[in-house]
Amino acid sequence: MLKIEKLVKRYNGGDPVLKDLDLEVGGQQVVSIIGSSGAGKSTLLRCINRLVEPTSGTITLNGTDLTKLKKSELRLARRRIGMVFQSFNLVDRLTVMENVQSGRLGYISTWAALTRRYPKEDIRRAYELMERVGIAHYANKRADELSGGERQRVGVVRALMQQPEILLADEPTASLDPKTSEQIMALLRDLANELELPVIINIHNVTEAKQYTDRIVGMRYGRIIFDDVPDALDAAAMDEIYAGVPAEDRAAQGAAA
Amino acid sequence: MSPTTLDHWSRYTPKQRIKRYGVLLATLLVVAWALQSIDVIWEWVWDSPAQMADLFGRMIPPDPQNLPSIMQAMWETVNIATIATLFAIVISLPVAYIAARNTTPNVVTLWIGRFILVSSRSVNTIIWALLFVAIFGPGIIAGIVAIMFRSIGFMGKLLGEAIEEIDTRPVEALQASGASRFKVVLYAIVPQVMPTFFAVSILRWDINLRESTVLGLVGAGGIGIILQGAIDTFNWPEVSTVLLAILAFVILGEVVSMYLRKRIL
Repeated sequence: MLKIEKLVKRYNGGDPVLKDLDLEVGGQQVVSIIGSSGAGKSTLLRCINRLVEPTSGTITLNGTDLTKLKKSELRLARRRIGMVFQSFNLVDRLTVMENVQSGRLGYISTWAALTRRYPKEDIRRAYELMERVGIAHYANKRADELSGGERQRVGVVRALMQQPEILLADEPTASLDPKTSEQIMALLRDLANELELPVIINIHNVTEAKQYTDRIVGMRYGRIIFDDVPDALDAAAMDEIYAGVPAEDRAAQGAAA
Repeated sequence: MSPTTLDHWSRYTPKQRIKRYGVLLATLLVVAWALQSIDVIWEWVWDSPAQMADLFGRMIPPDPQNLPSIMQAMWETVNIATIATLFAIVISLPVAYIAARNTTPNVVTLWIGRFILVSSRSVNTIIWALLFVAIFGPGIIAGIVAIMFRSIGFMGKLLGEAIEEIDTRPVEALQASGASRFKVVLYAIVPQVMPTFFAVSILRWDINLRESTVLGLVGAGGIGIILQGAIDTFNWPEVSTVLLAILAFVILGEVVSMYLRKRIL
């Protein structure tokens, strides 16, 4: 269960990007976050594993308050949070297996990491997951030899190798063609069910969000203004999420302040 | 400005033109002043073709009598270059790490790293050699340390720049998975810097082979000592043998480094 309360993020004392945001994600729910660019979707996701440092508020994952953690505690907590990226963020010059095993770096010894002598159960788990997403035969290929869809599968497997308690996906399909994009979305949905894993997906493609996720959260200018099942997302709600006029919003905020 | 007709155009205004002529005049004056301030004995300059022919005449034929000791000194030269390069590689890695803005632990270490690079690079190998001959006495150790000191700056600088130019996205991904700093370096940075690392190491070895041939001139070991001795005793046939040996050796080094580059990169 992930619980976000009164989360505020402002960069270098500017206007807040996230404004008193509350969100709860539990079970094996697949949640998509939609909203126009600059709405704060990416910042929200990165606050959860503290790639971006929240300004105030609390983020609790299964009882651990992530915002209070010191450096080494944060590393331990980050192992429990998997992340998938828009540009895959693989190490191009390493093999697929090395990339997949890099998801275990938080667990294995430095010596094992250096010599690439991974624990047997990690190798078995890697092969199982790679088999599951259809990239097992690439284990010895270099990551940059793969196509976009295959690279994102490596990214997903790397995140799952952590045996995470939650999976964050920051626009995982934005660099992919429409067909591959649907495959990856279907894969994320199915894996969430199989592994009983909550997944939060930032996404621009509303059709895919409706089709593949259980719940849609709509953000505008750092606030959540929609949070419901996909069927409830009608034209009016879409207008509110995407057609907001920034000037109006700022004026309203100025009046409130 | 009010141009009444449209048939006139010039690149510069009169003011700009005067300025440009002024700069040109000043440049000519500086060159003239530089020429008359150095003390050139023009007879010797005009004489030089004849002198060159004379010297060549004395160098031919090369005298192979000392070839065994020349080859031995040559071997010593290769060793100076190779050992110094190996040590420099090992030392330049941590220096590059702290001199790169994105990996250095803090501002102090960044400046220490930068200082090591600048001080190493701003002093020529020969000057380092003079210094280390004074410290270690004449011989091969002074040569190795001199080349090493110069190489650390060169390799540290290029490696540090390679570290600064890496793709930071894999770094972010591994940090997000809870990997420690060292493991992030090992998995996300080292593979990206590897090609530069090999290229720079081979290039520096290549440069060091050539630099080590002149170290003997200041007593820091290698072939230069024999060359110096031969020149001092006007043993021109032996000088030409040494020069030919150096030429062959540099070409051989070039071939080897080309082969390594092809195999590794």
